Amino acid sequence: MPAPAPVPTRRGPAPVSRALDVLAAVGYGTRFFLRLCGLGLASLRRPRLAIDQVHFIGNYSLSIVLVSGLLIGFVLGLQGYYTLRRYGSEEALGLLVTLSLVRELGPVVTALLLAGRAGTSLTAEVGLMKAGEQIDAMEMMAVDPVARVLAPRFIAAVLCVPLLAALFSAMGVLGGYLVGVQGIGVDAGSFWAQMQGGVDWLADVGNGVLKSIVFGFTIAFTALYVGYHAAPTPEGVSRATTTTVVVASLAVLGLDFILTALMFSTE
Amino acid sequence: MQENLVTVDGLTFAYKDRQILNGVSLRFPRGKVVALIGGSGSGKTTILRLIGGQLRPQRGSVRFDGQDVHGLGRDALYALRRRMGMLYQFGALFTDLTAFENVAFPLREHTDLSEAMLRDIVLLKLEAVGLRGAAHFGISQLSGGMQRRVALARAIALDPSLIMYDEPFTGLDPISIATVRALIRTLTDALGSAAILVSHDIQDSFAIADYVYLLAQGRIAAEGTPQDMRASSDPNVRQFLDGDIDGPVAFHYAAKRPLAADLGLPS
Repeated sequence: MPAPAPVPTRRGPAPVSRALDVLAAVGYGTRFFLRLCGLGLASLRRPRLAIDQVHFIGNYSLSIVLVSGLLIGFVLGLQGYYTLRRYGSEEALGLLVTLSLVRELGPVVTALLLAGRAGTSLTAEVGLMKAGEQIDAMEMMAVDPVARVLAPRFIAAVLCVPLLAALFSAMGVLGGYLVGVQGIGVDAGSFWAQMQGGVDWLADVGNGVLKSIVFGFTIAFTALYVGYHAAPTPEGVSRATTTTVVVASLAVLGLDFILTALMFSTE
Repeated sequence: MQENLVTVDGLTFAYKDRQILNGVSLRFPRGKVVALIGGSGSGKTTILRLIGGQLRPQRGSVRFDGQDVHGLGRDALYALRRRMGMLYQFGALFTDLTAFENVAFPLREHTDLSEAMLRDIVLLKLEAVGLRGAAHFGISQLSGGMQRRVALARAIALDPSLIMYDEPFTGLDPISIATVRALIRTLTDALGSAAILVSHDIQDSFAIADYVYLLAQGRIAAEGTPQDMRASSDPNVRQFLDGDIDGPVAFHYAAKRPLAADLGLPS
């Protein structure tokens, strides 16, 4: 079936018509999201499709995520040390670096990196398939393109984001250790002991993982929705990739604020 | 069994304000090649999309083997499409798959054939279009003509009752045109399927067509066998066949205002 126009045109007074259009677009987007979730789970019955996408989205993003994690760990190590030294608390460096990473920087920066690296590539791929009539051809072969093309990519992206965020945080901790302990000379025992004692698995690590799962859904949905509804022209695909980066990045940052407020407001 | 596989009655279709088809009626019998000719933008491809159920008409009906295409639900429509094959203007091949995998695609999606049997069928289909030797080529390694032939092999993979060819000769060299032309005729005779050939190439489509419809200004301007059309004195037919600029089909697309008004000159 052809993708229905997300925003149908209605007649009536302009504000009412616009409000109805927005409502219809939200309804269509919600249905599309739920459909992707359902078909994404169903696509696991053909694991090869999802595994290929995990390889494409996850493995190909590994280098940028690991290097970024390490560099941010370096910076956290330096900045943390200079701040903590003022209060004579250098031994808490491990705790500061780790909490910064697992609560915030790991999920958020990984999501932003993936919105740029994998999100745009998903949007461009689906948009170009549409421009090249491949999506049309699939429909005419009685194959649902949402189930065959979009769903495996959706589930793969959702799985990859938390895994990559965990690797990002691990590399960040390593970076903080290299700068703080090996470079500046903070005591290694204090660095690890403070971290072990101060980080709560559920409240800190668990909430960070939960954030990255939410961001995974956000990036995957944005990239695939925008690509699937891109105008089938070079200009349309180009605009769609830009839209993906802008919308996914802002959505990640906005959701991060909301989730942080909900998760850590009781502390 | 009905003689006509596809029956189109009173089809009326418009894209927003632009009227494309206005009460078009067509018959597509089994075992015959029926050419739909007409200028660019005359609605030929739109008819194919209406027959495939990808577009919905404002008025009129399309019946495929007695079933009303636009009255079917999604599952029934997909079941119907398994009996249709479509050759797109530029092939619409999946660029991430080899020639072999492109032809295997509909078989993998719709059948539970063993790998050995699937391989035999795909190789036979590729043999039919003369490309068994290029089975494991990537799409970018194939010339335009070869891509069109692989797309044809994919279109006939499920032995469809109806094959629709959308501008199959466009952009091909004379040898490739002759090859594709011979394949269309041979496949129609061998499979006994109905063939719809959309083209604005008079010589090539007349050479293999059993019957011709000429579309102009959203209506059937003339119809008959290729011989009838060549002998016709109908001004629409003459203008199209002789390539006259002046005739019933206007050179200028209708403008809302006179030229002088657009240029800001006194009328």
